Amino acid sequence: MTIASTKSMRNKTPLHRSLKIQMRVIGALLMREVLTRYGRHNIGFMWMFVEPMMFTLGITALWTFTKMHHGASMPIVAFAVTGYSSVLLWRNMPARCVGAIQPNLSLMYHRNVKVIDVFAARILLEVAGATTSFIVLSVFFIAIGWMQGPQDVLKILLGWFMLAWFGASLAVLMGSLNERSEIVEKLWHPAAYILFPLSGAAYMVDWLPPAAQKVVLYLPMVHGVEILREGYFGSAVRSHYNIPYMASVCLGFTILAFTQERYVSKRVIPE
Amino acid sequence: MITITDLCKSYDTRQGEVTVLDHVNLTIKPGEKVGILGRNGSGKSTLIRLISGAEQPTSGSVHRGMSISWPLAFTGGFQGTLTGMDNLRFICRIYGVDANSLVDFVQDFSELGPYFNEPVKTYSSGMRARLAFAISMAVDFDCFLIDEVVAVGDSRFHEKCRIELFEKRKERAMIIVSHQPEFIKEHCDHAVVLVSGRLHSFEHFEEAQAFYHAQG
Repeated sequence: MTIASTKSMRNKTPLHRSLKIQMRVIGALLMREVLTRYGRHNIGFMWMFVEPMMFTLGITALWTFTKMHHGASMPIVAFAVTGYSSVLLWRNMPARCVGAIQPNLSLMYHRNVKVIDVFAARILLEVAGATTSFIVLSVFFIAIGWMQGPQDVLKILLGWFMLAWFGASLAVLMGSLNERSEIVEKLWHPAAYILFPLSGAAYMVDWLPPAAQKVVLYLPMVHGVEILREGYFGSAVRSHYNIPYMASVCLGFTILAFTQERYVSKRVIPE
Repeated sequence: MITITDLCKSYDTRQGEVTVLDHVNLTIKPGEKVGILGRNGSGKSTLIRLISGAEQPTSGSVHRGMSISWPLAFTGGFQGTLTGMDNLRFICRIYGVDANSLVDFVQDFSELGPYFNEPVKTYSSGMRARLAFAISMAVDFDCFLIDEVVAVGDSRFHEKCRIELFEKRKERAMIIVSHQPEFIKEHCDHAVVLVSGRLHSFEHFEEAQAFYHAQG
Protein backbone atom coordinates (compact mmCIF):
# COMPACT_ATOMS: atom_id res chain seq x y z
CA MET A 1 0.00 0.00 0.00
CA THR A 2 1.33 3.44 -0.87
CA ILE A 3 1.66 6.22 1.62
CA ALA A 4 -0.94 8.29 -0.20
CA SER A 5 -3.63 5.67 0.05
CA THR A 6 -2.88 5.07 3.73
CA LYS A 7 -3.33 8.77 4.35
CA SER A 8 -6.56 9.07 2.46
CA MET A 9 -7.97 6.21 4.48
CA ARG A 10 -7.05 7.88 7.71
CA ASN A 11 -8.33 11.37 6.96
CA LYS A 12 -11.82 10.83 5.69
CA THR A 13 -13.39 13.66 7.65
CA PRO A 14 -14.09 16.64 5.37
CA LEU A 15 -12.17 19.83 6.15
CA HIS A 16 -15.12 21.94 7.31
CA ARG A 17 -16.13 19.24 9.79
CA SER A 18 -12.57 18.89 11.04
CA LEU A 19 -12.42 22.63 11.58
CA LYS A 20 -15.69 22.56 13.50
CA ILE A 21 -14.41 19.77 15.73
CA GLN A 22 -11.13 21.58 16.29
CA MET A 23 -12.89 24.82 17.27
CA ARG A 24 -15.03 22.84 19.71
CA VAL A 25 -12.02 21.12 21.26
CA ILE A 26 -9.99 24.32 21.57
CA GLY A 27 -13.02 25.99 23.15
CA ALA A 28 -13.38 23.16 25.66
CA LEU A 29 -9.67 23.27 26.51
CA LEU A 30 -9.85 27.04 26.88
CA MET A 31 -12.69 26.82 29.39
CA ARG A 32 -10.88 24.08 31.27
CA GLU A 33 -7.69 26.15 31.34
CA VAL A 34 -9.49 29.23 32.64
CA LEU A 35 -11.20 27.21 35.38
CA THR A 36 -8.08 25.34 36.51
CA ARG A 37 -5.81 28.38 36.40
CA TYR A 38 -8.07 31.02 37.86
CA GLY A 39 -10.89 29.09 39.50
CA ARG A 40 -14.24 30.48 40.51
CA HIS A 41 -13.18 32.25 43.70
CA ASN A 42 -12.82 36.03 44.06
CA ILE A 43 -12.46 37.62 40.60
CA GLY A 44 -12.20 34.30 38.73
CA PHE A 45 -11.39 34.56 35.03
CA MET A 46 -10.59 38.27 35.37
CA TRP A 47 -7.17 37.20 36.67
CA MET A 48 -6.50 36.45 33.01
CA PHE A 49 -5.82 40.16 32.45
CA VAL A 50 -5.51 41.45 36.02
CA GLU A 51 -2.36 39.38 36.51
CA PRO A 52 -0.51 40.88 33.50
CA MET A 53 -1.89 44.29 34.49
CA MET A 54 -0.26 44.00 37.88
CA PHE A 55 3.08 43.18 36.25
CA THR A 56 2.81 46.15 33.92
CA LEU A 57 1.72 48.49 36.73
CA GLY A 58 4.63 47.36 38.89
CA ILE A 59 7.15 47.93 36.11
CA THR A 60 5.55 51.29 35.29
CA ALA A 61 5.85 52.38 38.92
CA LEU A 62 9.46 51.18 39.15
CA TRP A 63 10.52 52.92 35.98
CA THR A 64 8.73 56.11 36.97
CA PHE A 65 10.41 56.30 40.37
CA THR A 66 13.88 55.27 39.21
CA LYS A 67 13.58 57.54 36.14
CA MET A 68 15.30 54.81 34.23
CA HIS A 69 14.36 56.05 30.79
CA HIS A 70 17.06 57.78 28.82
CA GLY A 71 14.98 59.73 26.34
CA ALA A 72 14.11 62.93 28.17
CA SER A 73 11.23 63.70 25.85
CA MET A 74 9.62 60.29 26.38
CA PRO A 75 6.50 60.14 28.58
CA ILE A 76 7.48 57.41 31.00
CA VAL A 77 4.03 55.90 31.67
CA ALA A 78 3.26 55.36 27.98
CA PHE A 79 6.80 54.10 27.45
CA ALA A 80 6.46 51.51 30.23
CA VAL A 81 2.94 50.41 29.27
CA THR A 82 3.80 49.85 25.60
CA GLY A 83 7.12 48.22 26.49
CA TYR A 84 6.10 45.83 29.21
CA SER A 85 2.81 44.87 27.57
CA SER A 86 4.71 43.76 24.49
CA VAL A 87 7.11 41.67 26.62
CA LEU A 88 4.15 39.96 28.28
CA LEU A 89 2.65 39.27 24.88
CA TRP A 90 5.57 37.44 23.26
CA ARG A 91 7.14 35.96 26.38
CA ASN A 92 4.15 34.40 28.15
CA MET A 93 3.06 32.26 25.21
CA PRO A 94 6.27 30.17 25.07
CA ALA A 95 6.39 30.09 28.88
CA ARG A 96 2.93 28.51 28.97
CA CYS A 97 3.55 26.10 26.08
CA VAL A 98 6.83 24.69 27.35
CA GLY A 99 5.73 21.67 29.38
CA ALA A 100 2.10 22.03 28.28
CA ILE A 101 1.83 18.50 26.88
CA GLN A 102 2.74 16.47 29.96
CA PRO A 103 -0.12 17.56 32.25
CA ASN A 104 -2.59 17.18 29.38
CA LEU A 105 -1.43 13.77 28.16
CA SER A 106 -4.38 11.91 29.62
CA LEU A 107 -6.79 14.14 27.69
CA MET A 108 -5.39 12.77 24.46
CA TYR A 109 -7.28 9.55 25.14
CA HIS A 110 -10.06 11.57 23.56
CA ARG A 111 -9.19 11.19 19.89
CA ASN A 112 -10.04 14.76 18.89
CA VAL A 113 -7.76 16.34 21.47
CA LYS A 114 -4.43 16.91 19.74
CA VAL A 115 -1.16 18.44 20.83
CA ILE A 116 -1.78 21.50 18.65
CA ASP A 117 -5.14 22.10 20.39
CA VAL A 118 -3.47 22.18 23.80
CA PHE A 119 -0.97 24.74 22.48
CA ALA A 120 -3.68 26.76 20.73
CA ALA A 121 -5.83 27.02 23.87
CA ARG A 122 -2.90 28.25 25.96
CA ILE A 123 -1.72 30.68 23.28
CA LEU A 124 -5.21 32.14 22.84
CA LEU A 125 -5.55 32.61 26.58
CA GLU A 126 -2.22 34.45 26.79
CA VAL A 127 -3.01 36.67 23.81
CA ALA A 128 -6.42 37.50 25.25
CA GLY A 129 -4.95 38.29 28.66
CA ALA A 130 -2.07 40.43 27.40
CA THR A 131 -4.28 42.28 24.92
CA THR A 132 -7.02 43.02 27.44
CA SER A 133 -4.44 44.16 29.97
CA PHE A 134 -2.83 46.51 27.41
CA ILE A 135 -6.18 47.99 26.37
CA VAL A 136 -7.52 48.41 29.91
CA LEU A 137 -4.32 50.06 31.15
CA SER A 138 -4.07 52.36 28.13
CA VAL A 139 -7.69 53.46 28.42
CA PHE A 140 -7.29 53.98 32.15
CA PHE A 141 -4.11 56.08 31.88
CA ILE A 142 -5.49 58.07 28.95
CA ALA A 143 -8.67 58.72 30.94
CA ILE A 144 -6.78 60.09 33.95
CA GLY A 145 -4.45 62.05 31.70
CA TRP A 146 -1.18 60.22 32.45
CA MET A 147 -0.96 59.05 28.86
CA GLN A 148 -1.72 60.79 25.56
CA GLY A 149 -3.97 59.03 23.09
CA PRO A 150 -2.31 56.87 20.41
CA GLN A 151 -1.25 58.45 17.11
CA ASP A 152 -1.92 55.57 14.74
CA VAL A 153 -4.10 52.73 15.98
CA LEU A 154 -3.62 50.65 12.83
CA LYS A 155 0.13 50.70 13.25
CA ILE A 156 -0.26 49.67 16.89
CA LEU A 157 -2.40 46.76 15.71
CA LEU A 158 0.28 45.82 13.19
CA GLY A 159 3.01 45.86 15.85
CA TRP A 160 0.81 43.91 18.26
CA PHE A 161 -0.04 41.34 15.59
CA MET A 162 3.64 40.87 14.67
CA LEU A 163 4.58 40.37 18.33
CA ALA A 164 1.72 37.91 18.79
CA TRP A 165 2.77 35.98 15.67
CA PHE A 166 6.36 35.86 16.90
CA GLY A 167 5.29 34.69 20.37
CA ALA A 168 2.85 32.07 19.05
CA SER A 169 5.32 30.52 16.61
CA LEU A 170 8.03 30.50 19.26
CA ALA A 171 5.56 28.94 21.71
CA VAL A 172 4.65 26.01 19.45
CA LEU A 173 8.32 25.51 18.55
CA MET A 174 9.53 25.56 22.17
CA GLY A 175 6.60 23.50 23.41
CA SER A 176 7.23 20.81 20.78
CA LEU A 177 11.01 20.78 21.15
CA ASN A 178 10.62 20.41 24.90
CA GLU A 179 8.90 17.07 24.30
CA ARG A 180 11.99 15.87 22.49
CA SER A 181 14.43 17.16 25.08
CA GLU A 182 13.78 18.71 28.48
CA ILE A 183 16.88 20.84 28.01
CA VAL A 184 14.60 23.29 26.22
CA GLU A 185 12.80 24.08 29.45
CA LYS A 186 16.09 24.57 31.30
CA LEU A 187 17.34 26.94 28.60
CA TRP A 188 14.09 28.81 28.07
CA HIS A 189 14.00 30.41 31.53
CA PRO A 190 17.44 32.07 31.42
CA ALA A 191 16.94 32.95 27.74
CA ALA A 192 13.62 34.69 28.44
CA TYR A 193 15.17 36.49 31.41
CA ILE A 194 18.14 37.76 29.40
CA LEU A 195 16.03 38.64 26.36
CA PHE A 196 13.77 40.93 28.38
CA PRO A 197 16.24 43.86 28.71
CA LEU A 198 17.35 43.28 25.11
CA SER A 199 13.85 43.06 23.67
CA GLY A 200 13.28 46.77 23.15
CA ALA A 201 10.86 47.12 26.04
CA ALA A 202 13.20 49.31 28.08
CA TYR A 203 14.83 51.31 25.31
CA MET A 204 14.32 52.71 21.83
CA VAL A 205 16.75 51.49 19.19
CA ASP A 206 17.46 55.11 18.25
CA TRP A 207 19.04 55.74 21.70
CA LEU A 208 21.76 53.17 21.08
CA PRO A 209 25.05 53.69 19.27
CA PRO A 210 24.86 52.55 15.62
CA ALA A 211 26.96 49.43 16.28
CA ALA A 212 24.63 48.30 19.05
CA GLN A 213 21.58 49.12 16.91
CA LYS A 214 22.78 46.65 14.31
CA VAL A 215 23.09 43.90 16.90
CA VAL A 216 19.74 44.37 18.65
CA LEU A 217 17.91 44.58 15.31
CA TYR A 218 18.73 40.91 14.82
CA LEU A 219 16.15 40.26 17.56
CA PRO A 220 12.75 40.00 15.88
CA MET A 221 10.73 41.30 18.83
CA VAL A 222 12.67 44.58 18.82
CA HIS A 223 11.09 45.36 15.43
CA GLY A 224 7.61 44.65 16.82
CA VAL A 225 8.09 46.97 19.80
CA GLU A 226 9.45 49.71 17.52
CA ILE A 227 6.40 49.46 15.24
CA LEU A 228 4.14 49.56 18.30
CA ARG A 229 5.91 52.63 19.72
CA GLU A 230 5.85 54.44 16.37
CA GLY A 231 2.13 53.75 16.25
CA TYR A 232 1.70 55.10 19.74
CA PHE A 233 3.98 58.14 19.72
CA GLY A 234 3.96 58.92 16.00
CA SER A 235 6.67 61.31 14.80
CA ALA A 236 7.71 62.09 18.38
CA VAL A 237 10.02 59.07 18.20
CA ARG A 238 12.41 57.77 15.57
CA SER A 239 11.79 54.11 15.02
CA HIS A 240 13.99 51.49 13.43
CA TYR A 241 12.30 48.42 12.08
CA ASN A 242 12.11 46.13 9.10
CA ILE A 243 8.76 44.41 8.67
CA PRO A 244 9.93 41.94 5.97
CA TYR A 245 12.78 40.85 8.25
CA MET A 246 10.51 40.22 11.23
CA ALA A 247 7.89 38.53 9.04
CA SER A 248 10.53 36.23 7.53
CA VAL A 249 11.77 35.19 10.96
CA CYS A 250 8.20 34.59 12.15
CA LEU A 251 7.40 32.59 9.02
CA GLY A 252 10.55 30.52 9.47
CA PHE A 253 9.65 29.86 13.10
CA THR A 254 6.09 28.98 12.10
CA ILE A 255 7.21 26.40 9.54
CA LEU A 256 9.75 24.92 11.95
CA ALA A 257 7.15 24.92 14.72
CA PHE A 258 4.61 22.99 12.66
CA THR A 259 7.14 20.39 11.51
CA GLN A 260 8.22 19.83 15.12
CA GLU A 261 4.61 19.74 16.31
CA ARG A 262 3.84 17.11 13.67
CA TYR A 263 6.83 15.04 14.72
CA VAL A 264 5.83 15.20 18.38
CA SER A 265 2.11 14.60 17.89
CA LYS A 266 2.80 11.50 15.84
CA ARG A 267 4.79 10.06 18.70
CA VAL A 268 2.91 11.30 21.72
CA ILE A 269 1.84 8.49 24.07
CA PRO A 270 -1.22 9.28 26.20
CA GLU A 271 -0.87 8.29 29.82
CA MET B 1 -17.41 -1.13 10.26
CA ILE B 2 -13.95 -0.74 11.73
CA THR B 3 -11.16 -2.02 9.55
CA ILE B 4 -7.66 -2.44 10.93
CA THR B 5 -5.15 -3.03 8.18
CA ASP B 6 -1.52 -4.11 8.63
CA LEU B 7 -1.27 -2.10 11.81
CA CYS B 8 2.26 -1.77 13.18
CA LYS B 9 3.50 0.16 16.16
CA SER B 10 7.05 0.41 17.40
CA TYR B 11 8.66 2.58 20.03
CA ASP B 12 12.18 3.90 20.33
CA THR B 13 13.64 2.73 23.60
CA ARG B 14 17.11 2.76 25.07
CA GLN B 15 17.41 -0.85 23.90
CA GLY B 16 16.61 0.21 20.37
CA GLU B 17 13.38 -0.07 18.45
CA VAL B 18 10.77 -2.33 20.04
CA THR B 19 7.89 -3.61 17.92
CA VAL B 20 4.74 -3.77 20.03
CA LEU B 21 2.22 -4.49 17.27
CA ASP B 22 3.22 -6.45 14.20
CA HIS B 23 0.90 -6.33 11.16
CA VAL B 24 -2.38 -6.61 13.02
CA ASN B 25 -5.52 -7.12 10.89
CA LEU B 26 -9.01 -7.06 12.35
CA THR B 27 -12.52 -6.14 11.26
CA ILE B 28 -15.35 -5.21 13.58
CA LYS B 29 -18.86 -5.14 12.14
CA PRO B 30 -21.68 -3.06 13.63
CA GLY B 31 -22.95 -4.76 16.77
CA GLU B 32 -20.14 -7.29 16.84
CA LYS B 33 -18.38 -8.01 20.13
CA VAL B 34 -14.75 -8.95 19.78
CA GLY B 35 -12.62 -10.09 22.68
CA ILE B 36 -8.87 -9.66 22.54
CA LEU B 37 -7.08 -12.03 24.87
CA GLY B 38 -3.55 -11.24 25.85
CA ARG B 39 -1.13 -11.48 28.70
CA ASN B 40 0.53 -8.47 30.31
CA GLY B 41 2.83 -6.81 27.81
CA SER B 42 1.29 -8.46 24.76
CA GLY B 43 0.31 -5.06 23.30
CA LYS B 44 -3.37 -5.01 24.32
CA SER B 45 -3.45 -1.48 25.64
CA THR B 46 -1.39 -0.16 22.74
CA LEU B 47 -3.88 -1.74 20.34
CA ILE B 48 -6.78 -0.08 22.20
CA ARG B 49 -5.03 3.30 22.06
CA LEU B 50 -4.45 2.93 18.32
CA ILE B 51 -8.05 1.90 17.66
CA SER B 52 -9.33 4.83 19.74
CA GLY B 53 -7.06 7.17 17.78
CA ALA B 54 -5.25 8.42 20.87
CA GLU B 55 -1.99 7.25 19.32
CA GLN B 56 -0.82 7.17 15.73
CA PRO B 57 0.37 3.95 14.07
CA THR B 58 3.93 3.55 12.82
CA SER B 59 2.44 2.04 9.66
CA GLY B 60 -0.85 0.57 8.55
CA SER B 61 -4.23 2.11 9.24
CA VAL B 62 -7.38 2.09 11.30
CA HIS B 63 -10.50 2.95 9.33
CA ARG B 64 -13.29 4.09 11.63
CA GLY B 65 -16.62 3.71 9.87
CA MET B 66 -18.50 4.18 13.13
CA SER B 67 -18.08 6.29 16.22
CA ILE B 68 -15.74 4.79 18.80
CA SER B 69 -15.65 5.56 22.51
CA TRP B 70 -12.58 6.41 24.54
CA PRO B 71 -11.39 3.48 26.70
CA LEU B 72 -14.30 2.89 29.04
CA ALA B 73 -14.34 4.09 32.65
CA PHE B 74 -11.03 5.82 32.10
CA THR B 75 -10.28 8.08 35.10
CA GLY B 76 -7.01 9.65 33.92
CA GLY B 77 -8.60 12.62 32.19
CA PHE B 78 -10.02 14.16 35.34
CA GLN B 79 -8.65 17.45 36.55
CA GLY B 80 -8.52 17.36 40.36
CA THR B 81 -9.38 20.99 40.92
CA LEU B 82 -12.50 20.74 38.75
CA THR B 83 -15.79 19.37 40.01
CA GLY B 84 -17.52 16.28 38.66
CA MET B 85 -19.90 18.64 36.89
CA ASP B 86 -17.00 20.59 35.28
CA ASN B 87 -15.45 17.35 34.07
CA LEU B 88 -18.76 16.27 32.57
CA ARG B 89 -19.09 19.64 30.81
CA PHE B 90 -15.57 19.34 29.44
CA ILE B 91 -16.20 15.90 27.94
CA CYS B 92 -19.52 17.08 26.51
CA ARG B 93 -17.88 20.11 24.88
CA ILE B 94 -15.24 17.88 23.29
CA TYR B 95 -17.81 15.50 21.86
CA GLY B 96 -20.29 18.22 20.94
CA VAL B 97 -23.18 17.00 23.08
CA ASP B 98 -25.43 19.01 25.36
CA ALA B 99 -24.31 18.60 28.97
CA ASN B 100 -27.52 19.91 30.55
CA SER B 101 -29.59 16.99 29.34
CA LEU B 102 -27.08 14.55 30.82
CA VAL B 103 -26.58 16.04 34.28
CA ASP B 104 -29.43 14.10 35.86
CA PHE B 105 -28.30 10.80 34.40
CA VAL B 106 -24.66 11.19 35.41
CA GLN B 107 -25.45 12.52 38.88
CA ASP B 108 -27.95 9.75 39.47
CA PHE B 109 -25.85 6.94 38.03
CA SER B 110 -22.59 7.93 39.70
CA GLU B 111 -24.34 8.17 43.10
CA LEU B 112 -22.12 11.08 44.05
CA GLY B 113 -24.90 13.13 45.63
CA PRO B 114 -23.67 16.60 46.65
CA TYR B 115 -20.07 15.58 45.86
CA PHE B 116 -20.93 15.97 42.18
CA ASN B 117 -20.31 19.69 42.68
CA GLU B 118 -17.11 19.26 44.70
CA PRO B 119 -13.57 19.08 43.26
CA VAL B 120 -12.64 15.63 42.00
CA LYS B 121 -9.51 15.65 44.18
CA THR B 122 -11.78 15.20 47.22
CA TYR B 123 -13.20 11.96 45.77
CA SER B 124 -12.25 8.46 46.83
CA SER B 125 -10.97 6.19 44.06
CA GLY B 126 -14.35 4.44 44.01
CA MET B 127 -16.14 7.74 43.52
CA ARG B 128 -13.81 8.66 40.66
CA ALA B 129 -14.42 5.32 39.00
CA ARG B 130 -18.19 5.72 39.34
CA LEU B 131 -18.05 9.22 37.82
CA ALA B 132 -15.85 7.96 34.97
CA PHE B 133 -18.21 5.12 34.17
CA ALA B 134 -21.26 7.38 34.31
CA ILE B 135 -19.66 9.92 31.95
CA SER B 136 -18.64 7.08 29.59
CA MET B 137 -22.27 6.02 29.43
CA ALA B 138 -23.54 9.59 28.92
CA VAL B 139 -22.00 10.04 25.48
CA ASP B 140 -23.35 7.69 22.85
CA PHE B 141 -21.11 5.60 20.59
CA ASP B 142 -21.53 2.82 18.02
CA CYS B 143 -18.56 0.95 19.41
CA PHE B 144 -17.25 0.81 22.96
CA LEU B 145 -13.63 0.14 23.83
CA ILE B 146 -13.24 -1.77 27.05
CA ASP B 147 -9.80 -2.18 28.54
CA GLU B 148 -9.75 -4.98 31.11
CA VAL B 149 -12.66 -6.11 33.21
CA VAL B 150 -15.10 -3.43 34.16
CA ALA B 151 -15.00 -3.89 37.90
CA VAL B 152 -16.17 -0.59 39.26
CA GLY B 153 -17.17 -0.07 42.87
CA ASP B 154 -18.92 -2.65 45.04
CA SER B 155 -20.81 -5.66 43.68
CA ARG B 156 -24.09 -3.78 43.56
CA PHE B 157 -22.62 -0.96 41.47
CA HIS B 158 -20.77 -3.55 39.42
CA GLU B 159 -24.10 -5.12 38.56
CA LYS B 160 -25.55 -1.73 37.66
CA CYS B 161 -22.66 -1.17 35.23
CA ARG B 162 -23.14 -4.62 33.71
CA ILE B 163 -26.81 -3.90 33.02
CA GLU B 164 -26.08 -0.43 31.63
CA LEU B 165 -23.34 -1.65 29.30
CA PHE B 166 -24.09 -5.24 28.33
CA GLU B 167 -27.89 -5.22 28.48
CA LYS B 168 -29.00 -1.70 27.58
CA ARG B 169 -26.26 -1.41 24.95
CA LYS B 170 -26.22 -4.99 23.75
CA GLU B 171 -26.78 -3.96 20.13
CA ARG B 172 -23.57 -1.90 20.07
CA ALA B 173 -20.20 -3.13 18.89
CA MET B 174 -17.61 -3.71 21.58
CA ILE B 175 -13.91 -4.39 21.65
CA ILE B 176 -12.88 -5.89 24.94
CA VAL B 177 -9.28 -6.57 25.88
CA SER B 178 -8.62 -8.78 28.85
CA HIS B 179 -6.35 -11.44 30.24
CA GLN B 180 -9.36 -13.33 31.59
CA PRO B 181 -10.88 -15.79 29.07
CA GLU B 182 -14.02 -16.18 31.20
CA PHE B 183 -14.88 -12.50 30.89
CA ILE B 184 -14.40 -12.57 27.12
CA LYS B 185 -16.43 -15.77 26.81
CA GLU B 186 -19.33 -14.23 28.70
CA HIS B 187 -19.58 -11.07 26.62
CA CYS B 188 -18.04 -11.62 23.18
CA ASP B 189 -19.09 -13.20 19.89
CA HIS B 190 -15.59 -14.33 19.16
CA ALA B 191 -12.10 -14.03 20.53
CA VAL B 192 -8.69 -13.30 19.08
CA VAL B 193 -5.42 -13.82 20.92
CA LEU B 194 -2.60 -11.29 20.98
CA VAL B 195 0.84 -12.80 21.48
CA SER B 196 3.86 -10.49 21.38
CA GLY B 197 2.23 -8.09 18.97
CA ARG B 198 0.75 -10.66 16.58
CA LEU B 199 -2.95 -11.35 16.39
CA HIS B 200 -4.25 -14.92 16.08
CA SER B 201 -7.85 -15.47 14.99
CA PHE B 202 -9.93 -18.57 15.69
CA GLU B 203 -13.24 -19.96 14.51
CA HIS B 204 -14.42 -20.98 17.97
CA PHE B 205 -13.84 -19.56 21.41
CA GLU B 206 -12.55 -22.89 22.75
CA GLU B 207 -9.72 -22.92 20.22
CA ALA B 208 -8.75 -19.38 21.19
CA GLN B 209 -8.83 -20.30 24.85
CA ALA B 210 -6.74 -23.42 24.30
CA PHE B 211 -4.22 -21.45 22.27
CA TYR B 212 -4.10 -18.74 24.91
CA HIS B 213 -3.44 -21.23 27.72
CA ALA B 214 -0.83 -23.01 25.63
CA GLN B 215 1.20 -19.81 25.55
CA GLY B 216 2.11 -20.32 29.23
